[in-house]
Amino acid sequence: MAIDPQPEALAAGGPDAAFPPAPEGVSGERGPWYLAYKRFIRNRLAVAFLILFFLIIVFVLAAPLWANNVAHTGPNQSHTLEKLHVNGEVHEVVTPEGRPIGPQWFGAGGKFFLGADSRLGRDEMVRLMYGGRTSLFIGVVSGLITTIAAVILGLLAGYYKGWVDAIIARTLDILWSLPVLLFGIALGVSLAVGGLKIGPLTIEGGSIWIPIFVISIFTVPYIARPIRGEVLALGEKEFVEAAIAQGAGSLRVMFGEILPNLASTIIVFFALNIANNMLFEAALSFLGAGVQPPNSSWGTMISIGEELLTTQPLLAIIPGVMILMTVLSLNIVGDGLRDALDPRSKVRLEARAGMVEREGASV
Amino acid sequence: MSEAPLLEVTDLVKHFPIKSGILIDREVDQVRAVDGISFSIPRGQTLGLVGESGSGKSTACRAVLQLIKPTSGSVRFEGQEIAGLSRRQMRPLRRQMQMIFQDPYASLNPRKRVGQIVGDPLKRQKVASGSDLRKRVQELLERVGLASEHYNRFPHEFSGGQRQRIGIARALALQPKLVIADEPVSALDVSIQAQIINLLDDLQDEFGLTYLFVAHDIGVVRHISDRIAVMHNGKIVEHGTADQVCEHPADDYTKQLLAAVPIPDPRESRERRQGAGAAG
Ligand SMILES: Nc1ncnc2c1ncn2[C@@H]1O[C@H](COP(=O)(O)OP(=O)(O)OP(=O)(O)O)[C@@H](O)[C@H]1O
Ligand SMILES: [Mg+2]
Repeated sequence: MAIDPQPEALAAGGPDAAFPPAPEGVSGERGPWYLAYKRFIRNRLAVAFLILFFLIIVFVLAAPLWANNVAHTGPNQSHTLEKLHVNGEVHEVVTPEGRPIGPQWFGAGGKFFLGADSRLGRDEMVRLMYGGRTSLFIGVVSGLITTIAAVILGLLAGYYKGWVDAIIARTLDILWSLPVLLFGIALGVSLAVGGLKIGPLTIEGGSIWIPIFVISIFTVPYIARPIRGEVLALGEKEFVEAAIAQGAGSLRVMFGEILPNLASTIIVFFALNIANNMLFEAALSFLGAGVQPPNSSWGTMISIGEELLTTQPLLAIIPGVMILMTVLSLNIVGDGLRDALDPRSKVRLEARAGMVEREGASV
Repeated sequence: MSEAPLLEVTDLVKHFPIKSGILIDREVDQVRAVDGISFSIPRGQTLGLVGESGSGKSTACRAVLQLIKPTSGSVRFEGQEIAGLSRRQMRPLRRQMQMIFQDPYASLNPRKRVGQIVGDPLKRQKVASGSDLRKRVQELLERVGLASEHYNRFPHEFSGGQRQRIGIARALALQPKLVIADEPVSALDVSIQAQIINLLDDLQDEFGLTYLFVAHDIGVVRHISDRIAVMHNGKIVEHGTADQVCEHPADDYTKQLLAAVPIPDPRESRERRQGAGAAG
């Protein structure tokens, strides 16, 4: 019963002739990640801003080194009544009128490199470095929490559909439609005053975990919604069916088959989310609903510096520029990652936006 | 026919609801994708399931394998009723029935290496592990006409025909008894179609496989099928041995399908078309 509609094709060279092995020199390990890496490296702008981002990280990690060895002070240490010797002259750190000393650069051996802050005569440079730690820590940690929660919610909603999806998607819609900043401020202020107690978990009023949780909760929809859309699309693919046909359970399918295909989306959104969260933190802190004194963050520093915007504008501008550089570099790196990981993402993003709209209309 | 058939499908139905509504989904109509089909396949034989696009072939395959829940009807595998079994209950049975998918691009996970794609079923069903697993996967790859060096490659590095070979290796990894091939060649070039069909034919002899072989082109299944069932709008309109169906079609739809088969000899082709036209 053998069939051979085209015997010549086979006789001519057998399967090997028709399917030559991949060209010589193509390594077997050349996966999608390697190709993405190659594409990213070719993107000069993204690489430059990735380096800038690493420099910012190094800068804030070096905070204790600078504080102990150069400035010889801590971020919360007040120097209101002290005097400073600069090039033989004696300056008050804060004048009796309340005017803090300006940037001294290395005039005092690195002390008050960027001057002192307005209220307590604290070393601005040291606060900038420690404040950057807080800002980045909040951005990264809330980014991690948001991303993990969003991926799990998006996977559950997109995979199980039905009522699971209905509950998750509606909750996300509600969060999405809230005036985030207002709610963030309200929640941030009330928690900062009262602290938080959930079962055995107690968080002090002034803890930075409060802004972290506030930010994490409100930014979940920004990642969960696109992930859900992608999971819905991936769930229709035959490879998911193939895995089920081999006896894979739901968890296997979600985490073994679908999750690896979300990797590029997750990475890109994670980078953008950190930037977004840092802006959110700055806004909350600026308004007094984020990081609480005596801790510093770039947002609180802008808030304090703003009091002297006319006389010592650098106090507000420098932390502002730090936020700007960090957010900008994360955004450019995120865009670069997206282009590198999925060259067709622009088309896909548009298609997805269309799909989400249609779903929204039909439910 | 003293022995019970390996697969026996009776009155299998799959309807998809068409829903609409603003707040609450109301079922307004149904797509009768599979509308009461019956067939059986004896061990070691091949049933060709033929029909035009949209006639419900893929839906039938999925309903047989319980990848979608049939609306009603019975599917007996080795005498055991499997229609309506839960995913968990199906799991131990999955080893014995596998599927080759229609789309060689969508059916391989782009983020997994070939070795994982073919080896995962073995690992999942705890058949092999470690270096034994790797050896078995490489043997399988060679058996379906790939090279053992392809183990670490990703699907995007392969042509459509090679991808379909990977899909075949994956389906065979668990040494199933029944293989459902859902249009395994319709996405491929004509020259490659013959190679894949020959490979499947050889594998059937070697492993004693039973095939449900789906195609929209009756010419593709004619030579490898023992029996052919013709499907149209969710129903089987004609069912008989391959020769019966091809030489003496009783149904008008079958005649149209036969007329659509490209025939090398133009004279014969013309005659056929005229014949079908006269009948229809
Ligand atoms: N999940 C689904 N929901 C609603 N309708 C569906 C679904 N799956 C299939 N259908 C419909 O069922 C009918 C049969 O589809 P099916 O995929 O089984 O056809 P097919 O014979 O395999 O066609 P093809 O040759 O194009 O693969 C089509 O009208 C299709 O639109
Ligand atoms: Mg189909």
